[in-house]
Amino acid sequence: MTQTQIPKPGTAAAVRPARRPIRLTSRRGFVIFGGALLPLAILLVWQLSITLGVVSVSQLPSPAMVFLAAIDLYERGQLTLYVAISTQRVLIGFAIGASLGVAAGALVGLSRGANVLLSPTLGAIRAVPSLAWVPLLLLWLGFGEQSKITLVAIGAFFPVYTTVSLALRHVDQHLVEAGRAFGLGGIRLFTAVQLPAVIPSVISGLRLALAQAWLFLVAAELLGASMGLGFLLSESGGNGRIDRIILAIVLLAVIGKITDAVVGIFEKWANKKWA
Amino acid sequence: MSTVSTSIAPAAAPARTSAPADNTSFSVDFSDIGRSFTAKPERGAARGSTVAPRPVLRDVSLTVQPGEVLAILGTSGCGKSTLLRIAGGLDEPSTGSIRIDGSPLNGIDARCAVGFQEPRLLPWRTIADNVALGLPRRIGRAEGKSRVAALLELVGLTSFADHRPRAVSGGMAQRASLARALARNPGVLLLDEPFGALDALTRLKMQDLLLDVHAAAPTTILLVTHDVDEALQLADRIILLGADDDADDMAGGRTGATIVQELVVPGGRPRDRGSAELAELRGRLLAGLGIDRHGQARGVAATHTIPHFPY
Repeated sequence: MTQTQIPKPGTAAAVRPARRPIRLTSRRGFVIFGGALLPLAILLVWQLSITLGVVSVSQLPSPAMVFLAAIDLYERGQLTLYVAISTQRVLIGFAIGASLGVAAGALVGLSRGANVLLSPTLGAIRAVPSLAWVPLLLLWLGFGEQSKITLVAIGAFFPVYTTVSLALRHVDQHLVEAGRAFGLGGIRLFTAVQLPAVIPSVISGLRLALAQAWLFLVAAELLGASMGLGFLLSESGGNGRIDRIILAIVLLAVIGKITDAVVGIFEKWANKKWA
Repeated sequence: MSTVSTSIAPAAAPARTSAPADNTSFSVDFSDIGRSFTAKPERGAARGSTVAPRPVLRDVSLTVQPGEVLAILGTSGCGKSTLLRIAGGLDEPSTGSIRIDGSPLNGIDARCAVGFQEPRLLPWRTIADNVALGLPRRIGRAEGKSRVAALLELVGLTSFADHRPRAVSGGMAQRASLARALARNPGVLLLDEPFGALDALTRLKMQDLLLDVHAAAPTTILLVTHDVDEALQLADRIILLGADDDADDMAGGRTGATIVQELVVPGGRPRDRGSAELAELRGRLLAGLGIDRHGQARGVAATHTIPHFPY
């Protein structure tokens, strides 16, 4: 309130006297508008390149055709089904993988013995590409839901495991010692000092894990599924429906961004509370 | 249990014969404490490992009376913090033993509380919740709440109870840290350069606060400091840790620090900061720390702390 605003020449605050001294780039409306600029520009270039005949419609269908494909799929009831089943697989797999990741990360981060025992093996398993698991999981678990959820869980496990174990190893030793000096130990020390100290890293690990869960989902659905956005991709690739391929890509981008934004809001809240 | 022995402290002299339970103060006995670290400090470093251990402390024998304020002075790295950490159960002596109130210390003791050089407050908790961390385990919720409120009142942080540590100044955080240590109702309060990181004026205010706290609840205080004036202002007795000059015979190696000087500070607290009587003691202590006093005749300390401006 008593802060003196130093007007820098050229900035928006100097040109246009604002009621509150908030920078233009941190205003909500500007952020939303700015974020939407590039997608709108892409859409415009896409449409223009078709109307000007730069690319043929068989190579790249127009935005309207993609939209119509979405309507068509929706009317058949497939669009909702595919989106729902894919989201369900991601959420279940993410929940399983993330909780296992927190548990394993806590174990490896807190116990030297567990670190020696587990971390080389887990590091090696992490190095296996997602697609390498698919044939094995299909043979073991079949074409049902288990194989996809397992693969998604594998994808979600590692970001959480890595961030949690690293964060726990780097908790401020001064705070841990202070906690010990006041008689805390074991589980009480963990819940009072170590866990709150790593919550921000845990949440950023969860955010990474969610992104990775979507990647692994498509890998799972591409190779063996009868429903879902990955299946839509592989099926449309087989029968040459480029409009549906683009639709699936756009849907994956939008849904992935929405789930990420939800976790991002949670992250902001948690950072305010715990950091 | 708490037999009231006549303390050297003139301030703590009117000791109550039936001290209430929340005014306990215990004696601390160090006997032949020695501590050496292995050259490469590794986790769980075995004492008999191949690297030659580096002695830090040797033959420290000392009895601190209940209610006494003892200052431990020494140059940087002389092992004074190590001695305090041993008393707090955060470190273990290589040789010797330590007894509190006549019974041996074992691990982190509920009778001791530690105040660190840094506030070490949990950043996600409010000041009040941080102070509550120091409460003894068995205490009830309502009683704990009222004690935290009382301690915050004592250190003057009542209006900042709901603030996060990040939102308060360094001096306030250190006061909260002191309140957290006091919440444990310790028989022995161990302070490791508690005011070392504060600016000079805040430090002087904190010293007065500590004296007020001690007057209100006379606990035994072990205060590690490198500030001669602080020691003279607060302590009943000062010990100076350092390496003996004639003890460096072990193949040129260091032999570790021990008590090289011990002196009783005359006069009751609070003491006149400009007293000429203390000036002579200050000169002696500074000489013991290897500082040339530059002014034998006047007895003016060369390293008197001058507050920096602006604060």
